[in-house]
Order: sequence, then C-alpha cells, then structure tokens
Amino acid sequence: MTHDHDPAAPMASSPDCERALAEVYSFLDQELDDAQRAQIMTHLESCSPCFEAFDFEAELRMVITTRTHAVDVPETLRIRIEEKLTYMRLESSGGSRSDDGEEPRRGA
Amino acid sequence: MADQDVFAEQAMEYMPQLYSTALRMTRNASDAEDLVQETYLKAYRGFAGFEEGTNLRAWLFRILTNTYINSYRSKKRRPDETELDEVEDFYLYRRMGGLEAARASRSAEDELMDYFTDAEVQAAIDALPETYRLAVLLSDVDGLSYKEIAEDLDIPIGTVMSRLHRGRKALQKQLHDFALERGLAETVPEAP
Repeated sequence: MTHDHDPAAPMASSPDCERALAEVYSFLDQELDDAQRAQIMTHLESCSPCFEAFDFEAELRMVITTRTHAVDVPETLRIRIEEKLTYMRLESSGGSRSDDGEEPRRGA
Repeated sequence: MADQDVFAEQAMEYMPQLYSTALRMTRNASDAEDLVQETYLKAYRGFAGFEEGTNLRAWLFRILTNTYINSYRSKKRRPDETELDEVEDFYLYRRMGGLEAARASRSAEDELMDYFTDAEVQAAIDALPETYRLAVLLSDVDGLSYKEIAEDLDIPIGTVMSRLHRGRKALQKQLHDFALERGLAETVPEAP
C-alpha cells in the first residue's frame, strides 16, 4: 500500500466541503476577501479531511516555491546592464545627444 | 516625475528574480540574458512614467512578460493552445496524501520537500504547455496576484484562474509521474 487515499473516492462529503474545496487555490493565493476566508477557516476547523487536503496543497506550494529559488545572475549580465544604464543616463543628461529635441538644460 | 537616477538603485535588486523567471520562460541562458537586459532598458526609458509608491517589482515583471510574449515566445513555440488532459482535482493529494501519516517526527512539509528535487520541479514546470506555464510561473514562483497576472498576460481574471487551476493539476500529475519513476515505495516506510 503506497497511499491511504483512494484516488477515485469523492473528496467532498458535504456541500460545505464542496464549497471549500472549490476555493482551495483562491484561498492559498490570498485572493479571497475576509468574509470568504473566514468562512473557509471555520469549515477547516471542523472538517479534518478538508483541512488535510488544504494543508497538503499549501505544503506542495511551499515545495514548488523553494525548489524554484532564484538562480545567480551572471556577473557579465549585471555589468552589461549597469553599463548600458549608465550610458543612457549620461546620454540624456549630458549634452552629447540631440535626437529628441529636448533642451538639455535643467539644473546647472 | 520619478527620478531616473533612482531607477538603478531600486530596480537592480530584482534582477535575480527577473533573471530566474526569464530563464524559466525562455529555457535558454542566452535568450534569458537578452530578455532581462531588454526589460531593464525598457523599464529605464519608461521610469519617468512610473508612479512612485506603486509596485516596482510587479511593473518589472509586466515588462518582462510583455517582452517575452512579443519577442521570444513566437520564436520557438507554435501559437499554442495545446489542450491539457483532464486531470482530477487534488491529483497528487489523492495519491500521496498518505505520506505524512508515515512520518515519525518530521513535518509533512519536509517529507514532500525531500520527495521532489529542484530538477524535477523545474522539469514539471517546463513540461506545461506555454499558456499554462506562464500563469503558473508568475503565480507559484513569482507570487504575483491574479490581477497582476491578468494584466501581464492581457487576459481576464477568470482565465487566469482556470489556467492556474488546470496548469497546477497538470503539474501535479507530472510530479507524480516522476515519483512513480523513482518508485513510490522507496520513501514510504513499510510497516514491519
């Protein structure tokens, strides 16, 4: 036996369960308003099967977030971008460019 | 007007997140570098119109996503309305939810965390059809709100929700396939 959940078994055993389970992602994504959120919390407090399912999804989300941590930015890329930005800044505040017709004299 | 000099200070810290997402979008280091560079240059040019106090990170992600969709996506992928197989809700939980019952002192989260490697999670995301992959990346990995994703992808919020829903189920199925390949039994301690 590798699991104790029958994959084919229905998960919701009441209309309340059904409503809660349908909102699992909106709940985890923090997209519900306070009232909706409270309603689900109340249900989860009194329904351990639903709580377990929510808990599992929350943990899985954590796994996905953790397992996709930020990778290191290649130093060459960072330098390249900084150089280009510096160049663009000098170009627009200095006096050398003239393609946009804007007077380069603000400030002294 | 937002000071463009401020831009460098404020925007640079988001480069690791932007680069990571660019890498996951393009699946190619050189495209990812170009994409990030283009994002910063566009953002810099548009920074004057950026309202201070609003979410700089979300704004940078919007530019990144738009640039990706407009310049990179078409290059390698068919317009892509690939349909996903119908997968039941709570796919993984129905199959692996019992795992934590076997734990002794460790949290269920550690169990699951050990269960999948970085490479597997990445591969499962990569395997999603483009439409779903973008939504899942922006939500699960980058933590953007439905509204932000809707604006980034220029789709209604309801569509964001259905793409996330279906994409996540497909992701779970893929993860489960990986688990099966490695043999589910190996991490579920057998009763003596």
